[in-house]
Amino acid sequence: MSQDRDDDLLLKKNQVAGNGLLDRRLFLKKGLQFSAISTLVSTATLASATAETKKEFDPANPTWMKQPGKAFSPYGLPSEFEDDVLRYPSPNEVVTGNGVSWTPLHKMEGTITPNGLHYERHHNGVPQIDPKQHRLLIHGLVKNDLIFSIDDLLRYPMQSKTCFIECGGNSNAGWNSQPHQAEAGYFNGMVSCCEWTGVPLSVLLNEVGLRKNAKWIIAEGADAFAMQMSIPIEKAMDDAFLALYQNGERIRPENGYPLRLIVPGWEGVLNVKWLRRLKVTNRPVMARNETSKYTELQPSGKSRMFTFPMEAKSLITSPSAHMLLKEKGLYQITGLAWSGRGKISKVDVSADGGKTWAEAELQQPVLDRSLTRFRLPWQWNGKQSVIMSRATDETGYVQPDRNKLIKERGKHGFFHYNAITRWQIDTDGFVSHIYENDETTKNNSDISIDSGWD
Amino acid sequence: MKMMKRQKIILTSVLIAVGINSLYAGPNQDSPHLGHTISPEEIKKWDISVFPDGEGLPDGKGNVVEGEKLYQEKCIACHGENGLGASSDQLAGAQMGLSSEYPEQTIGSYWPYATTIFDVVRRSMPMTAPGSLTNNETYALTAYLLYLNNIISKDDVMNASTLAKVKMPNEDGFINVYEEEKSKK
Repeated sequence: MSQDRDDDLLLKKNQVAGNGLLDRRLFLKKGLQFSAISTLVSTATLASATAETKKEFDPANPTWMKQPGKAFSPYGLPSEFEDDVLRYPSPNEVVTGNGVSWTPLHKMEGTITPNGLHYERHHNGVPQIDPKQHRLLIHGLVKNDLIFSIDDLLRYPMQSKTCFIECGGNSNAGWNSQPHQAEAGYFNGMVSCCEWTGVPLSVLLNEVGLRKNAKWIIAEGADAFAMQMSIPIEKAMDDAFLALYQNGERIRPENGYPLRLIVPGWEGVLNVKWLRRLKVTNRPVMARNETSKYTELQPSGKSRMFTFPMEAKSLITSPSAHMLLKEKGLYQITGLAWSGRGKISKVDVSADGGKTWAEAELQQPVLDRSLTRFRLPWQWNGKQSVIMSRATDETGYVQPDRNKLIKERGKHGFFHYNAITRWQIDTDGFVSHIYENDETTKNNSDISIDSGWD
Repeated sequence: MKMMKRQKIILTSVLIAVGINSLYAGPNQDSPHLGHTISPEEIKKWDISVFPDGEGLPDGKGNVVEGEKLYQEKCIACHGENGLGASSDQLAGAQMGLSSEYPEQTIGSYWPYATTIFDVVRRSMPMTAPGSLTNNETYALTAYLLYLNNIISKDDVMNASTLAKVKMPNEDGFINVYEEEKSKK
């Protein structure tokens, strides 16, 4: 009962919004202890590990202190005990190089995505490119057509930018009539954030010399799909760059080795991997992936096209779907927010289904067009609760709730789903994905997006 | 005083010119200039982009009958009989309109430009052997897909001239959000 009294006191002193949300400044208080959150799978593992500990282990004298450790390794790998922190591949059943793999956001912390966990979206597999044979051609409405080798590009002055890349189709299970019950990352993890390093595109476009009527560039990849996308020249000259490095090492094959176009904050598909050609033009090419795909059908029957920036979005990554809160007590709510239009200015969190909100702590520094980590302490009283987050970016744009988004865009847009995600914690502590109200669910047509990737 | 103003104008003009130069006009002498020149003939081998007005369409031609035969051999496994879809997209046979409760987005009901078919088929299809189709075969498949969608008749031949003239039913069905936002700024 003394623990309950302490909890009550903590709540009384620090509650800033309904159902136990506590002041974010509480993080500064020393000795703050959070209750454990586990997944159902690892609960079983935990139980058996505890049993083993009692029998065989002596934490005061661990075996690894009684013998020399393993030798050095030329390239490090995660601990064998972290072997469930994996991307979740979801390929086309017939053409297996076409599909996606999701970043396990629900098993990660901080803001940087390790290279091996960056999400993937390929249209026909990962080309294994010999950089010595790879070239970048820049041609079209330019004064001098030029071709570059990778060795040429490696000699240019470089810049680094940390930014997220998000697939235009990320979180599209949100359009489903029923809340999708996968782990948070496995339907929202087509977003990742790395430090990319390379050559500003403006430097190369200045070298080829743009003609006056240059309005667009068509970027083409060297994959088996020969992916091509049109990008306005303003963006190309502003902050687009040709990345050679990802988090300090050369780009991974599945993320575009040896050269990737980075278009900060804009749809992932525009960040063309395995970049081999830039054609400067006066108009878009109207490629398959900017007409029949990556356009959003509206209720009117008209479709939104060239919807480039990824709008502000946030997601609580813990606690999130499939996790278990074993007991009532103090928990850390943590998640990610991002906006393709700039910096995140604030993230509000609610623990009472959106009746009241409190501002979360943002991990510093908050970077432009980058994943932003937010955290807030929460006193869970053991009752059924709905937690959610809402991002606001520096343009003042506020992440919409699902009803608002569907009212504006309908249910058949497929791309650019950025609504608020609600997690419900039931009295047993189990977390599941819910929608705003039953009414919404009933009124939805029976659409289900599981494998819309072609 | 008058002099000062004039100097100011000149200085401002120079600054603007320098600013514009660093943005759009080249070449900028300060950058490394490591690119290699390439001949127009060589560029032709790279440039496979096809535009709605027909720019980029190569010589060659194909008809519906040839296209149907190729479709049965190379496309039907993923796109299904008559383009009705299987493991991959439905390409034809839309029954439900785009503003209905269950819209069907096919070539005929959704794609704004016929040239896009030629472009994507030549560069990406079939997925097991991309880039393997000849220009004639690509024209033939494009003709068959347009025919399946009731956009051309069975006797029509597709080539650089005829394909560029095909008007798609949903050409006006798109809102250019980028241009819209830019004009508001």
